Amino acid sequence: MSAINITNVSKIYAGGVEAVKSVSIDIADGEFIVLVGPSGCGKSTLLRMVAGLETISKGTVEIGDRIVNTVEPAERDIAMVFQNYALYPHMTVYDNLAYGVKNRGTPKAEIDARVTEAARMLQLEKYLDRKPRALSGGQRQRVAMGRAIVRKPAAFLFDEPLSNLDAKLRVSMRGEIKQLQKRLGTTSIYVTHDQLEAMTLADRLVVLNGGEIEQIGRPLDVYHSPASTFVASFIGSPAMNLLRANREGNRLHFGSQTLETDRLSTLPTELTIGLRAEDLRIAQAGEQSLTLKIDYVEELGAQRLVHGNVDGKAITAALSPEIELADTIALTIAPSRLHFFDPTTGKRLPRPLDACTSTLPQATMLEPAAG
Amino acid sequence: MQRAKLFDHVILLMGVFIMIGPLVVALMTSSHEAADIHRNGLSILPGGHFVETYQTVLTKQGGFTGKITGLRMMMNSLILGLGFAAGKIILSMLAAYALVYFRFRFATITFWMIFTTLLLPLEVRILPSYEVMNTLHLTNTYTGLIVPLLASATGTFYFRQFFKSIPDELLEAARIDGAGPFKFFIDVIVPLSKTMMAAIFIIMFVYGWNQYLWPTLMTTDESFFTLVRGIKQILLVWVGSNIPDYNEAFALAILAMLPPVMIVMIFQRWFIKGLTESDK
Repeated sequence: MSAINITNVSKIYAGGVEAVKSVSIDIADGEFIVLVGPSGCGKSTLLRMVAGLETISKGTVEIGDRIVNTVEPAERDIAMVFQNYALYPHMTVYDNLAYGVKNRGTPKAEIDARVTEAARMLQLEKYLDRKPRALSGGQRQRVAMGRAIVRKPAAFLFDEPLSNLDAKLRVSMRGEIKQLQKRLGTTSIYVTHDQLEAMTLADRLVVLNGGEIEQIGRPLDVYHSPASTFVASFIGSPAMNLLRANREGNRLHFGSQTLETDRLSTLPTELTIGLRAEDLRIAQAGEQSLTLKIDYVEELGAQRLVHGNVDGKAITAALSPEIELADTIALTIAPSRLHFFDPTTGKRLPRPLDACTSTLPQATMLEPAAG
Repeated sequence: MQRAKLFDHVILLMGVFIMIGPLVVALMTSSHEAADIHRNGLSILPGGHFVETYQTVLTKQGGFTGKITGLRMMMNSLILGLGFAAGKIILSMLAAYALVYFRFRFATITFWMIFTTLLLPLEVRILPSYEVMNTLHLTNTYTGLIVPLLASATGTFYFRQFFKSIPDELLEAARIDGAGPFKFFIDVIVPLSKTMMAAIFIIMFVYGWNQYLWPTLMTTDESFFTLVRGIKQILLVWVGSNIPDYNEAFALAILAMLPPVMIVMIFQRWFIKGLTESDK
């Protein structure tokens, strides 16, 4: 168990492609960090550099207080869980679990104790004599995790470990991973492209885009104040609606439609406005609103996703299924729930309403994530 | 449905007759006396001299020096076949391991160079090979018989393709588990290649067993004669009024066929597995 410090790490491939660009993350002891981003954003490369499977082009990686740039993977005191499990197909579950510790010259009695302990934790006791091919996907995934646990490493590295499982199993394994990590208190880095997995697992999220960090923060902080339009559209499902708007005084013009709030005067006149689908609601009579022409509706049971357009710009709203829908509906949003972004850089602009959030009815304080 | 089944059986049976027929004839003919065969030609019914013929073939000391027996030839063939197969597997596995898992300069070119030698039959390089062995004084030795033919483009190619199909994550997992290149090879690659090894073993055993030209060239000492050469030797006595020992030739042919057939039958399941599935 130890902290991991990633300092100005870059990965430059032969040919000059820079997959990871000067990334720095300080990971506290016992923290669960999730690297999330679309494919090709460098998240796996970064993880593999920490694991020692890729060389580090620039910068340093410290595990504990030791710079491990040139240390062999086996000596880094880490364990890795792979997407396709990477179990040794010819070995029994027991041997798969024991292989790593056996190679370190651990005495037989201790190997046995550790394997039994890990198998008990993961409910694999019954399967110790089986070969991986006789196991289901979820069981294989558990064996892969068991192999990591048995090592008692300073850090767990997860490389999209749940991507090969079906949706239902993914949810339950997600819970298991979270619980296990809390129980063992081992520092973990988890790579995923699934924002839901990222939100639910992470103590802190690292959103990567094009090899650079877009934002680091606790899941709810990232959700409530995304640092850029990229993060805004990546975190949260359905994705945040992003609309271009012109500001005139305290008025926001979305094409021909207008919303008016106060204290917008500090913002530039050209804006990208972010509206979370779940913050949109049906306007009461007399309230100012945007008129949404409904294109189609997705029923989710508890929610209904209404896809439509405001003056030709696509908008998705998550509404209660009890609400009667017409062809067009009037939507409104609490001013405190608006997100403002610079339309050219995509960076978040401070919310001018922050000072008075407590006076607005819909506003809630941003809850920091527990822990 | 029923008719289709019948038809299938007819085709299969025809196949069986065509394939097995000559073997049965050879087996049956070998149980007649040489003079009989000379007079009546091949026969499909058993003669009465089965045990005698095979006993003679296996134990009679023949050849110019009068020391070589069928048993001896069989052993030589076995040594050649097994040495071939084992040596080729070891060598081509190591070569393929190097090609796939180690990044050295010119790896691709090396591979293609090995690969193109597939196109060259043994006969092309048989004289230079002989010359080398001769200079090293390795003619009339098992070493000389086996070693020059061990490098195998076919084997290297098959193993390379197989190793490439093993997921990289397995190597990475092993690296994290603290297995070095040697340990990874022994602990992971070798057990995973079992079926592949069986397949290559069969191919190479039969190849080695059936070698004719190379042993003929390499060995003049009769104690190194192989079965395949022995058959030829029997028919060579046709001078004057001598009748060649047809029965013994047939018996030898049958004996020469048995081990490859047995190997194929025993390893059949693995063979097919090795060539079709990559047990991952």
